Amino acid sequence: MTMNESELRKRTRKLLAEIDLDAAGDHRVAFRGAQFDCGLAWVSFPEGLGGLGLEPKLQTIVHDELHKGAKTYYEDMLVNPIGIGMGAPVVLAYGKEDGKRELLRRIFTGEDIWCQLFSEPSAGSDVAGLATRAVRDGDAWVVNGQKSWTTLAHVSKWGLLVVRTDPNVPKHDGLSYFMLDMHAPGVEVRPLYQITGEAEFNEVFLNDVRIPHEHMLGEEGQGWRVAIATLMSERVALGGGASRKGGGPIAVLLDLLENVEVQRSAAEDALLRDRVAKLYIESELLRLTGIRAKAVRQSNTPGPEGSVGKLAQAEIAQAIWQCCSDVLGPDTLVYEHGYELRQGRTSASNNRLSAKYNLLRSRAYSIEGGTSEIMRNILGERVLGLPGEPRVDKDIPWKEVPRS
Amino acid sequence: MLFEFSDEHGELRRTVRNFLEKDSDEKRVRELMASEQGYDPASWSRMAEELGIVGLIVSERHGGAGFGMVELAIVAEEMGRVLLCAPYLSSAVLATSALELAADEAAQNEILPKLASGEATGTLAFSEVASPWDLSAIAMAAESNGGAFQLSGEKTYVLDGCVASEIVVAARVDGELALFRVAGDASGLSREALPPLDPTRKLAALRFERTPAMRISSGDATRGLERALERAIVALTAEQLGGAQRVLDMATDYAKTRFQFGRPIGSFQVIKHQCADMLVEVEFARSAVYNAAFASEEDPKSASIAAWMAKSYCSEAYLDAANRNIQIHGGMGFTWEHSAHLFFKRAKASEVLFGSPSFYRERMAASLGFGAAQSRSR
Ligand SMILES: Cc1cc2nc3c(=O)[nH]c(=O)nc-3n(C[C@H](O)[C@H](O)[C@H](O)COP(=O)(O)OP(=O)(O)OC[C@H]3O[C@@H](n4cnc5c(N)ncnc54)[C@H](O)[C@@H]3O)c2cc1C
Repeated sequence: MTMNESELRKRTRKLLAEIDLDAAGDHRVAFRGAQFDCGLAWVSFPEGLGGLGLEPKLQTIVHDELHKGAKTYYEDMLVNPIGIGMGAPVVLAYGKEDGKRELLRRIFTGEDIWCQLFSEPSAGSDVAGLATRAVRDGDAWVVNGQKSWTTLAHVSKWGLLVVRTDPNVPKHDGLSYFMLDMHAPGVEVRPLYQITGEAEFNEVFLNDVRIPHEHMLGEEGQGWRVAIATLMSERVALGGGASRKGGGPIAVLLDLLENVEVQRSAAEDALLRDRVAKLYIESELLRLTGIRAKAVRQSNTPGPEGSVGKLAQAEIAQAIWQCCSDVLGPDTLVYEHGYELRQGRTSASNNRLSAKYNLLRSRAYSIEGGTSEIMRNILGERVLGLPGEPRVDKDIPWKEVPRS
Repeated sequence: MLFEFSDEHGELRRTVRNFLEKDSDEKRVRELMASEQGYDPASWSRMAEELGIVGLIVSERHGGAGFGMVELAIVAEEMGRVLLCAPYLSSAVLATSALELAADEAAQNEILPKLASGEATGTLAFSEVASPWDLSAIAMAAESNGGAFQLSGEKTYVLDGCVASEIVVAARVDGELALFRVAGDASGLSREALPPLDPTRKLAALRFERTPAMRISSGDATRGLERALERAIVALTAEQLGGAQRVLDMATDYAKTRFQFGRPIGSFQVIKHQCADMLVEVEFARSAVYNAAFASEEDPKSASIAAWMAKSYCSEAYLDAANRNIQIHGGMGFTWEHSAHLFFKRAKASEVLFGSPSFYRERMAASLGFGAAQSRSR
């Protein structure tokens, strides 16, 4: 199927005309369901699976029209960040045919929240070194182990799970990938509180959890390939930059610079303006680089170059929130949101624009979804082709690898 | 300058460290930071009586130990290392110094012995929201009412302002800066705890409404207050140094024991180099703090410049080290249960407290006349 830009715009407007997003009530599921059904969820996905088989870059047109056409607009990353950012591409590429459509549709509407069960206490950057074990038992797998930092596990229906199915081969070869029903017996989710006092993430304990074999994504022992595809999607999802010029964190900084009343010397003022201008340029270039990357991306699973955006996004956003606190000046001493320990997000994090909240939250930008050090390794080794570090863990059976 | 520490200095450091390692371990810090008053009065008494560090810089004739900035820096460094939750900076440094350097003899005789013995805690209320760190911006004016004074208006970012029983307030009389004594429970005084970014140091906003106040200074108190603030800044930078050293230690230890990819993460150059960069920063911070401490015995201008240098350098060094410490700890460093965030919050708040790094760099540059010839010829 081919469809040009104007047809795509027309189709989006037709959708907007059918369901009035701005009318009273919550139309998220109905609207997004309809969006999926008419192929505007992910235009690059096949017809019938939320897409129209178009080039990925054309998705921008749909978002454009939706932004223009409705005040109430549900950002994908707020509806179901992991489901949409990572679950959907993996289900599309590796899911069993029957049931695929329903899974994708419920991801897109946000009816099923997904989480990512990769990291473990002893395996973060080195996620391929993970220890959670799965043993075959008839037509099911029995899983034991512990996952950590699992964002949204407490509200998730499905988890993307990587486990070790063979400890006797080198680490990358002994992994398998599953979708895990988070409500299955033996899955225990405990909140893990973070720097802000909220618990966005969790520890997940898996005790004799039975997973049907048909929930394996990819083949046995091929888990690493599937995991890599997931991680690259994650990096692209995290490193996309703002959707509009001057949008996102930089908008908050500009607003504070305009409106916060603090006395500064002329020298301090000049310094701040220069920093803000520099950050404005960097934000804009991040956005443009994201657009360029999207334009050349041919498939639904991005390559290692996605780490450019992920790395830059982390550093720029951290610098912006730091700069915001410098603009706030002495008022930074007061943290109105408080540190009450609580599960899930708080009003502070939900408004997303609190400079003080983000000063704290942004410390994770360079850790979550792969640390900035790992991003630099990927860019150096996988994109630029520089020689890798000597590896002590690659060619020996996983169970013989030294660990702390 | 040789930065010579005596055996007594070493002994002082050891004593304080031993005490704090027991009395201010992480568990205690977390309890106290969650408590309303923010410190443990019993522990405070022991610091006063057994260690004699509460009255460290109170002169001997006022019941203190009569020590100077070098000793204060040693003690504050140890306190910063463990994130001690106590009114040390507010009472033992800021209020004490304001009284020592700007108050009249009678007030000194009356208040300082109580602060030194730990019987009372004090604070200095000088900041006003418009320009909190600038003494010349203080606008609150005392009304005299037949010899007695009353204060009205608001002071903010008052360290430990909700618990202090002796509040020293800076306000104007006929345009000149003066100090006033206000009791913590004075009529017409309302104290509101401000939720702090750094939960290990409590802050308050104080509202005065015709609050009775006793004038305790004569003549203009500006110079005395400036020097008191300078002492507080030096103590704060020593805390920053202690904190920075601590996060460097934490990061280094972790880098040695955390394995990923079959090897300790400290064997990756990027981690090793980050630790090395932190070490350079910590050593520079140490030079800045000790320089400021020893310089306080010299002429006032070098003392000021040394304090400003230290405040701008140590603020950034500590914040950077605290950031890197989180980064080196990975996801663990972002959790509430790990202490990395406590140091980060302390570092960030300390950077802001009393004025930003660029504020002090600008003061230094102006004072040393950087580029002055150019701007004259223009
Ligand atoms: C807010 C947040 C949300 C998260 N959500 C999820 C989630 O939903 N699901 C999930 O599975 N995980 C999640 N994570 C986990 C995240 O992916 C890991 O924290 C991250 O990959 C780092 O792993 P680690 O914490 O074990 O740190 P480590 O891997 O132990 O790293 C410690 C330090 O060593 C460095 N390092 C490690 N290896 C190398 C190397 N080869 N070269 C150079 N430096 C190296 C790291 O960069 C880091 O500075 C989340 C983390 C955070 C902070």
